[in-house]
Amino acid sequence: MPLADEFTNSVLALKLVEHIKTALCPEQPVRLMEFCGSHTAAILRYGIRQLLPPGIELLSGPGCPVCVTDQSDIDRALYLARVPGVIMATFGDMLKVPGSQGSLAEARAEGADVRVAYSTMDALQLARENPSRRIIFLGVGFETTAPTIAASVAQAAEQNIGNYAVFSLAKICPPVIKALLDGGEVRLHGLICPGHVSAIIGTEPYEFIARDHAVACVVAGFEPVDILQAITMLLTQLREARPRVEVAYTRGVMPIGNLHALNLMSQIFETSAVSWRGMGEVPASGLKLRAKYAAHDAERLYDIPPIPAHEATGCICGEILRGVKTPADCSLFGLACTPAHPIGPCMVSGEGACGAYHSYGDGRGG
Amino acid sequence: MEDRILMAHGAGGRLSHELVVHLINCLSTACRNNLDDASVVPGAERLAFTTDSFVVTPLFFPGGDVGRLAVCGTVNDLAMSGATALYLSLSLIIEEGLPLVELTRVATSIREAALEARVYIVTGDTKVVPHGAADKLFINTAGLGTVPEGINISGAFARPGDAIILSGSIGDHGTAVMAQREGLRFSGDLSSDCAPLNNLVAAMMTVCPNIHTLRDPTRGGLATTLNEIAHQSNVNIVIEESAVPINPPVQAMCSLLGLDPFYVANEGKLVAFVPEEKAGEVVAAMRHERYGAQAEIIGAVNAQPATRVTLRTPLGTTRVLPMLAGDLLPRIC
Repeated sequence: MPLADEFTNSVLALKLVEHIKTALCPEQPVRLMEFCGSHTAAILRYGIRQLLPPGIELLSGPGCPVCVTDQSDIDRALYLARVPGVIMATFGDMLKVPGSQGSLAEARAEGADVRVAYSTMDALQLARENPSRRIIFLGVGFETTAPTIAASVAQAAEQNIGNYAVFSLAKICPPVIKALLDGGEVRLHGLICPGHVSAIIGTEPYEFIARDHAVACVVAGFEPVDILQAITMLLTQLREARPRVEVAYTRGVMPIGNLHALNLMSQIFETSAVSWRGMGEVPASGLKLRAKYAAHDAERLYDIPPIPAHEATGCICGEILRGVKTPADCSLFGLACTPAHPIGPCMVSGEGACGAYHSYGDGRGG
Repeated sequence: MEDRILMAHGAGGRLSHELVVHLINCLSTACRNNLDDASVVPGAERLAFTTDSFVVTPLFFPGGDVGRLAVCGTVNDLAMSGATALYLSLSLIIEEGLPLVELTRVATSIREAALEARVYIVTGDTKVVPHGAADKLFINTAGLGTVPEGINISGAFARPGDAIILSGSIGDHGTAVMAQREGLRFSGDLSSDCAPLNNLVAAMMTVCPNIHTLRDPTRGGLATTLNEIAHQSNVNIVIEESAVPINPPVQAMCSLLGLDPFYVANEGKLVAFVPEEKAGEVVAAMRHERYGAQAEIIGAVNAQPATRVTLRTPLGTTRVLPMLAGDLLPRIC
């Protein structure tokens, strides 16, 4: 059996479901949060809620880089995309995120040169091929993407590709998890943490979750068997009343993480307080280019004026990102706000809670 | 002839004439036209008529090119109404500067696809536009076919109790073109499934003249086609996800880019709705055909909940399978 098939294997999955049913104490319902949008999408795509006994609540967290990009940052990206001579390179799912004055897709239709890149190396190549233009890569992403952004800046500096710049909106996950738990709006028993982030940062940055908040924590992969295994491990931790950080994704995660990627990130980036949509400003959660790389930093190269923000009325993306509400609570969901005409960012990405609910239903079946 | 297309090739003079003669020579036996303004062809009482335009970047991709696509696309549109495709028109809009060798390669490919599909090109046109006014080569084909008595196939005729048959793997064309266009390198072979399906449909109609619905899931993929049929026929469609064949390289590319193969384009696949009692026979007949070797029953039709497509996952759970919204866009992580 190919490796990938093992983790969608229905026999294994159903065995884990039996474990979960035995491990769950019916009198003590548990509330778990999947931090990451890829987990939200997988849970809905495979209908995992239908397999779980009543008494396990799964909340979607803020782990979708598109969704948490603050509207003011989208507005600033739009400003940069419209500067004459600029080519803005971006991952595809940022194109449709609505800012106060349209989206990058709309800016492109109006004549801005916005190109979809599959990797930062594509953007760097674009810079080599267009020496008379300024290429600005829209650097959105978490720890999974940040090392590739860092690598592009390092290469641009080494190879003197002076027309390559990054508008860094990259963010890191542990500080926002801390803000979420400190905020106390939602009482959680356990957290499913993203395996791909831990492939880079390891497990140490999550220790505070169990130590300071007594919340169980399991790092998980993205196939149904991975997610069910993580839920099983969380329930075991809760039954033993011994919250800790465990890994259910040992094929992808080493506890120390990826030192090469971490070194590259700290060479290029420094942390900074940045705004998350729905969360406000979170200390030390953003990655900005160090002063040494100012020549490749779009924020330093361009004087972006303050742009008055207009948040869409009725949109509850912020509350959805904090786990306080679900897409079903939104009066715009599926009516005024659809993937074809998104009003809030959670509807844009397939990894956003609203986008995933819209694509796969509410998880109660088709 | 010059080795690049010039504006003069579209000016109506000697070069235009040379270009048309060159193309007719390339098309060879697939062409029935003696340079008259229109062709006179034998007719029939029940005609099917369709047209489609083909604009693809790049012109050549693994498994096909814009020429093969232009023949197969129109032949397949005819076949999905149960028509026997007979004649095609061929209209080329050529960007100035296109290397003649590329145009010749496309024309040769058109000939091969037409001969395979047993259709003749009976009329055509060429236009040359200035550099930048078109992207290398745009092709329009229209197709004419005859529909035998007693054949009534439509997206509106799916009925509760029908079995749903898919002729083979999904997502091959869209992933092959995207990988070629974007210069993505994957191990394993991504190849377009671009193929004429009229011979396959003929074999199906021989064992089951009472096919209710036929559709080739092109842009928007299988999911979009199924939704269109669910709406047109006002029925519920249930699909077994694990019965739908997906080639491993296609699955791998989709997983990496965050695409869903159910929404990726096909150019050589069909989905058929047939009375359940005939399904086994139809599948057996399809598997004898070159483009139906992987045919599978992938689902069934229910009355309710009408207009909805339901997917049963490998875990036995269910979810809705909605229509594609907007473009397929690669994601961040």
